[in-house]
Amino acid sequence: MKKYQAQIHRCFRCGYCKFPTDYSALNCPSYNRFRFDTYSTGGRLWLANAWLKGELPWSERLAEILYACVTCKNCTEQCPMKFAPDIVEWIIGARSDMVEQGKIPARVKRFLESVYNYGNPLKIPREDRGAWANGTRKYEKGDEYLLYIGCLGSYDENAQKMAQSLVDILKSASVSFGILGAEEGCCGNEVYALGETDLFNSLASTNIEKFKELGVRKVITLSPHAYNTLKNQYQTMGYNFEVYHYTQILDRLTKDKKLKAGHGKARVTYHDPCYLGRHNKVYDEPRETLHRIKGIELVEMERNRADAFCCGGGSGNFITDYLAGGEDSPARVRIREAKQTGADVLAVACPGCLVMFKDAVKAEDSGDNFAVLDIATMVKESMIA
Amino acid sequence: MADIYEALTRIVDKDYISNSKEELYFYGRDPGLMPPHEPDYVVMPARVEEVQEIIKLANKEKIPIVPKGAGLSLTGLVIPQKGGIVLDMKRMGSIVEVNEKASYVIVEGGTTHGTLKSYLQKHYPHLRHSIPDSPPIATVAANAVIHGQGRLTQQHGFNSDMVCGLEVVLPTGEICKIGSCAISPYWFSKGPPMPDLSSLFFGWFGTTGIITKIGLKLYPCKKLRDVMLFLTDRAELVPDIIRKLGRTEMMEDVVVSAQPVPLRFKGNFYILTFITGDTEEEIDFKKKMAWDTLWEYFESKDGGFVSLSPEMKAPMMSMPSKETTRFADVSKGGGFEYSGPIAPIDKYPVFVKKLEDLAEKYKLFYASSGRLIDGGHCMMFSFSYTFNRAEPETMVRAKKALDEAAEFVLENGGVMWKPNIDEQKLTMEKMDPNTLNLMMRVKRLLDPNGIMNPGNWEVSK
Repeated sequence: MKKYQAQIHRCFRCGYCKFPTDYSALNCPSYNRFRFDTYSTGGRLWLANAWLKGELPWSERLAEILYACVTCKNCTEQCPMKFAPDIVEWIIGARSDMVEQGKIPARVKRFLESVYNYGNPLKIPREDRGAWANGTRKYEKGDEYLLYIGCLGSYDENAQKMAQSLVDILKSASVSFGILGAEEGCCGNEVYALGETDLFNSLASTNIEKFKELGVRKVITLSPHAYNTLKNQYQTMGYNFEVYHYTQILDRLTKDKKLKAGHGKARVTYHDPCYLGRHNKVYDEPRETLHRIKGIELVEMERNRADAFCCGGGSGNFITDYLAGGEDSPARVRIREAKQTGADVLAVACPGCLVMFKDAVKAEDSGDNFAVLDIATMVKESMIA
Repeated sequence: MADIYEALTRIVDKDYISNSKEELYFYGRDPGLMPPHEPDYVVMPARVEEVQEIIKLANKEKIPIVPKGAGLSLTGLVIPQKGGIVLDMKRMGSIVEVNEKASYVIVEGGTTHGTLKSYLQKHYPHLRHSIPDSPPIATVAANAVIHGQGRLTQQHGFNSDMVCGLEVVLPTGEICKIGSCAISPYWFSKGPPMPDLSSLFFGWFGTTGIITKIGLKLYPCKKLRDVMLFLTDRAELVPDIIRKLGRTEMMEDVVVSAQPVPLRFKGNFYILTFITGDTEEEIDFKKKMAWDTLWEYFESKDGGFVSLSPEMKAPMMSMPSKETTRFADVSKGGGFEYSGPIAPIDKYPVFVKKLEDLAEKYKLFYASSGRLIDGGHCMMFSFSYTFNRAEPETMVRAKKALDEAAEFVLENGGVMWKPNIDEQKLTMEKMDPNTLNLMMRVKRLLDPNGIMNPGNWEVSK
């Protein structure tokens, strides 16, 4: 983690990180929200470097500027320099130093304490983690897949419905799977992004031990965030297993006709979650799955795929919410962009995006019937229709 | 000071005012080599009336004001040398109007080149503006203020030459229209046939007013575009080569670069010629013109065109040029700066020699990119050196090399482009005294309280 200290001065603050590929809008969520250059990636890197050099003292505001980064990787995508792939790690590195020194903003502190004390950032008892499951069978040795639900899917009301839809679909396709229920632990993706590497290592190790104990070979995740950390970080920690995001499974099941998506009737636009898209380059499978629902017209927002504009929920911001407030909050901006396509449904593939956008639709209060739906629920409802 | 902050909150939404040390740190610096100096406030106005009220407040309180676009000049032009208020103009970033038939666009004072490029491509794909090589966050107005150059400079002059009207807030707070728009609803001319007052604002680095709207001429965006690369190892031939290319009146842009690595670059001069056309036939004809024009160098074995694959062409053709920005990381240290004199093109060989000598003397990595301006009346020649921000002594060496380059340029008949405050002083020392006197009188007349970007174009007392 410390290697960032020897690299962070390399940012030239050229500002490419603020844009999508075609420069049509501001694509850094926190820069678009606050507009001071300090809130762009270049700003954050220069401030973090100044703090490291002792030119700028720590302050709650400095920390908030660093934590307003949603780790969406738009900067990584657009930065012209060779070090572009490392930028987000540099920001996480600076956060890690703040964590080590106990200098973190109050909301981040509450997030991490909650994960430490409750095993989730929502401050809900661990034993309630499987309450959503409604009799879904536990994973047993020999099951093909472990379905990993994650914190939001386990505890948030909207995300729970998403999880339940996915369970129903997998059952109807006779997929061999089980869940961990109350034994499931936080994946740690956000904990890592917030710079608490010790807690992340502890969470990951516990989960990996559980996977080993149960002989898990394949994991389906509800959340792109869990997909990211299980696929990219857990694999370096001594246990290898296959990881799929649920949209990849639905794509395969519908393609192989093991699952027959039914009929829908909507003009739909799909929002690429950052941890599925830019972080892991999964762009086609969610779209292919939606295409197979008859009657759905899929239209693209101007900013899509690697240029998608983040919902603002990444890096724990679905709880800490440093970018909230006002019409420039990322989720509200994105809802307006979705509506500009003429769509009546915004399809999502991430429980974090679902939560952020559901709130944003209420805040926009446009009085229309615009809906935010997750792909699992859309597929399930198409099968009923 | 608390009173000033309170007064600012009565003008601009307080979310867009900062006196926090984080903003003061960042806005007190630029990516170049000039020493930092922090402002007291950073303010982001959204409307011209807000700019106007801030200027009135600054006059009343005698506080400096520094208007800022993206701060990418690299020469510290928006480092607030005497503190005060930095006005980050980028919230005023709208496209106000496109007059398709008269081929111009009006944008707000903080509109970026990236925004304008994207807007034109989407809504008016047959029209274009002169895109500089600076990153897309560079603003149209600030680029004109520094007499920036872009892809159409070879044909139409400095980007400031392509301006067709201004709305400015004067240092005394009046909102003033400049050009045809002062009389007419149409923004077709920045001056002619009237006295051209626009020159009161270009090259002055914000010391004479703040541009809140700018009209820019648009040009045909042809359907096809290509690039040719001519290579020679004789610097003394470069002026004639680029002059001849310019005189064909066929080329979109002509740039020449020199750098020591990769090794195949060392000792060679790469002349990039950009061509546009609506048909393959037009492109082929222009290519033939370039070939015919430079055939003598091929015959004498002094140079020739290099075959380029589509993969090689792609980065050369990108607008803006990411390659230019990548130069900042050559020393893996986050920085480069260049002195970019405007000079007669015949000076190219002596400037290249000086560029290399200074690199050797100060042990720096160098590159140079030159651009033909306005068909060949002059060119921009950059003395570019990289440095490592984590190794301050490399910054000292780079600054010394650039200081020396500036003196050399002035001794050799060049004029510094976007000079830093040290180079401004050298320039003013060299300037005809009556010209300097006129400049200072104009400045005092417009800005009686000396609040506008003080430290720039300022005669030492």
